[in-house]
Amino acid sequence: MTKQRGSTAFWIGAVAFLLAVLLATQLIGNEYPFFAGYVILQFIVLSVAWSILGGYAGYVNFGTSAFFGVGVYTAVFLVKATGAPLAVQIGVAAIVGALLGFAVGLLTLRMQGIFFSIATIALTIVIETSVTNWRYLGGAAGIQLQRPQVLPPFHSYVQMLFFVQALLVVLAVAIARYIQGSWIGRGLQALKDDELAAECTGVPTLRLKLLACVISGALMCAAGAPAAMYLQYADPGSAFNLNYSVSVLAMALIGGTAHWAGPVIGAVLLGVTQQLLAVTISSEVNVLVLGIMLVLFVVGAPEGLIGLIARLRPKRAEIGA
Amino acid sequence: MFSLDLLLDAVVIGVLLGCFYAAVSIGLSVSFGLLDVPHVAHPAFLVMASYAVFFLNDRYDIDPLLAGLLITPLLFVFGLVAYRLYYETFERRGSDAAVRGIAFFFGVAFIIEVLIILQFGVDQRSVTASYIGQSFRIGDMRIPFRLLVAFAVATALTILLALYLSRTFMGRAIRAVAQDEEAVRLMGANPVRIKQWAFGIATAVLGIAGALLIIVAPVDPTLDRAYIGRTFCVVVMAGLGSMAGTLLAAIILGVAETIVLTLFGASWAPAISFAMLLGVLAVRPQGLFGR
Amino acid sequence: MKRRTLLAAAVAVAGFSLASNAGAEQPPIKIGMSMAMTGGLAGGGKPSLLGIEIWRDDVNARGGLLGRKVELVVYDDKSSASETPAIYSKLLDVDKVDLLFAPYATVPTAPIMPLVKQRGMLLIGNFSFQVNSKVGHDMYFNNAPWGPADAWASAFLDLGQKAGGKTVALLTADQEFAQNLAKTAREVATKRNMPIVFDQAYPPNTVEFSSIIRALKAARPDIVYVASYPPDSAGILRAVNEIGIGDNVKLFGGGMVGLQFGPVMENLGSLLNGVVNFNTWLPEPAMYFDGTKAFFDTYAKRAVDAKVDPLGYYLAPFGYASGQLVEAAIKATGSLDQKTLAKYLREHEINTIVGPIAFSPDGERKETATLQAQFRGIVDKNMDQFRKAGKQVILFPEKLKSGDLVGPFEAARK
Repeated sequence: MTKQRGSTAFWIGAVAFLLAVLLATQLIGNEYPFFAGYVILQFIVLSVAWSILGGYAGYVNFGTSAFFGVGVYTAVFLVKATGAPLAVQIGVAAIVGALLGFAVGLLTLRMQGIFFSIATIALTIVIETSVTNWRYLGGAAGIQLQRPQVLPPFHSYVQMLFFVQALLVVLAVAIARYIQGSWIGRGLQALKDDELAAECTGVPTLRLKLLACVISGALMCAAGAPAAMYLQYADPGSAFNLNYSVSVLAMALIGGTAHWAGPVIGAVLLGVTQQLLAVTISSEVNVLVLGIMLVLFVVGAPEGLIGLIARLRPKRAEIGA
Repeated sequence: MFSLDLLLDAVVIGVLLGCFYAAVSIGLSVSFGLLDVPHVAHPAFLVMASYAVFFLNDRYDIDPLLAGLLITPLLFVFGLVAYRLYYETFERRGSDAAVRGIAFFFGVAFIIEVLIILQFGVDQRSVTASYIGQSFRIGDMRIPFRLLVAFAVATALTILLALYLSRTFMGRAIRAVAQDEEAVRLMGANPVRIKQWAFGIATAVLGIAGALLIIVAPVDPTLDRAYIGRTFCVVVMAGLGSMAGTLLAAIILGVAETIVLTLFGASWAPAISFAMLLGVLAVRPQGLFGR
Repeated sequence: MKRRTLLAAAVAVAGFSLASNAGAEQPPIKIGMSMAMTGGLAGGGKPSLLGIEIWRDDVNARGGLLGRKVELVVYDDKSSASETPAIYSKLLDVDKVDLLFAPYATVPTAPIMPLVKQRGMLLIGNFSFQVNSKVGHDMYFNNAPWGPADAWASAFLDLGQKAGGKTVALLTADQEFAQNLAKTAREVATKRNMPIVFDQAYPPNTVEFSSIIRALKAARPDIVYVASYPPDSAGILRAVNEIGIGDNVKLFGGGMVGLQFGPVMENLGSLLNGVVNFNTWLPEPAMYFDGTKAFFDTYAKRAVDAKVDPLGYYLAPFGYASGQLVEAAIKATGSLDQKTLAKYLREHEINTIVGPIAFSPDGERKETATLQAQFRGIVDKNMDQFRKAGKQVILFPEKLKSGDLVGPFEAARK
């Protein structure tokens, strides 16, 4: 009964969120909040996606930049080759991300956690080098893209992208929430605690890890695809920037990885801070703030913000089922 | 363009370059390879050391290698303190330590980066010494002295560390802790103290490695990001904990990179090294020479 | 009759005083931009900004523009393309600036071109390379000495041909600017029937250039055209010094970024001798225009406090000149309307501290002002030597020439 109520509450919240976003695009004429907001929503999707593998299973993926960049360049390829619409770009990027996640998983998930992480670093560099050498996609020089006409009811393309990214947020969170509550989530939790024991009790660890990797990869690539149209420009240095990997790691850890709300909170907190800093202090101090936040949270709040919140709330007695 | 003497030249330079990679990675072989500390701030410490060397060379005209040796004791103490901090915060608290440890070290790396920028500015820096800029002629080949210095230092470091870890009491204690911490504790030794000492050594080594970094090429504050991949690649490919393995793996990497750079299209060079790493991990996860 | 004139006079006086009061409280003219203060481009971004700030202070000391003070609104774009759309949107929609300057270099500038075009805003470019060729914004004015796309490569290869060179080697960084430059070089070389015997793009973060220089040497080129970025430029010159490039090379250099920055030049010292490289401004007699000396005197003092390149020859004077461009347009037209200002800039040649600047319809300069100069007689560990004439002898363009090429390259290095 409680679960059912929790479910409806979630979906009502999700729909309300989307309606609010839609309303904002119609009412606010100033474009800046949408530019900044797009980046924050994008990081929410990336952090939630990351946490599916990194948080639930404990396999730290350093290749967020790789998946994001692949999403960007899939969109670039589609736009250049076929002029495909945004929905197709995202869809295809998701498929490519899933395949990439599957390949990476198959290659590395049989090793211990830390080797998986190193392998993802290697992967990022290999993919970035390959894209840099692909002249059709602009290579090292980068490529400039043309936006198509904006679809009604939106007046500006950025507002439309903002709404699309909001849709992706709801999708990512819904998936993460589903996994958390299902047998998949429980299996991942088991293998995170003790992989050997889980294997011995019959948990199909490899299959679960692969599944998490595939879903995570698909979502990350999907989040990257609209960035091509957001910037109307792509170059390997920006698309595969290490900053994505580190920021997402920070956001998930600061928020807390045990629950799907953790990465959301972390992404909002860190994302808003970064956007604010970019237009206020605006100098190398920004990097210092990121570094200090990382160190403080990781040392002081090991379970992240949701851990802190959970500790502060008094324990409620269980009331029936 | 594929000629035999170009190939030979590429191999020789590759070996020397590999030695350079080994020298800057060997500290990580101890801290990550033996102690399992996910030390992504290792390159940042390295860059910090090279800036210290720059400072001594620029202000007091001290030879860079000598400067590197001079800062070694300072770095050793820094390593001791850093490990104690890391241990108290992470290894003690149990689960999730690895992930949080990585995040912690990233934070530390960023802080170091910004501090360097605030002190030295964003421009590149390099050092001057009599052997920088000269080269050694063998027949038609010319080998830069800088790289020979790298070769000498790397081999010396590897031999020193390997001997230390196998011949001295402390060294063997470190090896023991890396193998089975519980057993060491049961035998009455304090594994934490031993690990702390080891981390101190791993950081101390960065003194001379940092000198090497700035001798071989100019440094700038964000250089650490370029070396995270390389150093971890070397250490993992070597097999965790093998000093000689680190040298050999680094040489293989250096040679592969140089051959591709010279003969097959330079832009593929980084991909080759990392593709090799992926290959090694897939086929032999414990590394080429691992335990 | 008298009462009406008295009344009229009173109204006039009242009106006048009201108007002048309003003039004293008029809001400042805001010029918005992002600048690379961190990241790979910061070595150039910071001096560039200092140049613009010096202009702002000069113009405000003279009473401002249209009776209003000039204010700069600057944000750090971290040398990245992903930051600029949000920044420029804020500048336009929240800060409501009157004018826009572009970020330094092509990568941060490319994403904002469509935005600026869509909003009908004038944009003064800052050392971008061919960023407007696809977008076609008609109110874009790139304040950089490049001019037409192939002018750079042509000038360099011209010098090589005149010195008797026939074959070309291209060594380029696998990054945006260098690759664009390489493309033009290939086209020019093909047009002039100059065979390209070596053409390699090296990845960023390449540490060691010995082997690649060795391979280049083996190809025995006459002309070596290098397009590199600050970290690599130093590494390449070192390798050339150690390995040697071959006695047949008549001309070496061309597009090495970084050899214009004071700290890098001081570091490399005598390794620079003989290299013929591009520059934007040099302390040679022909390069002093109205206000140039005064600018550098001010810059030299402020650079020390700001911890930026003490020489500042490469970008800072152009930052000042960007200010002069808009100053001239605003003063002449008396307006801040984007289209009016653009029309003025399109149709007039404006005198600045880096010389007269005129633009062609695509937004680039009409004539190339990129200098090709040869380093001569440089000694190690001396920053001040670069302030004297004769250390970088200008070989191109003809009207600014201050000497002839000394070749071949290996001989010129001694």
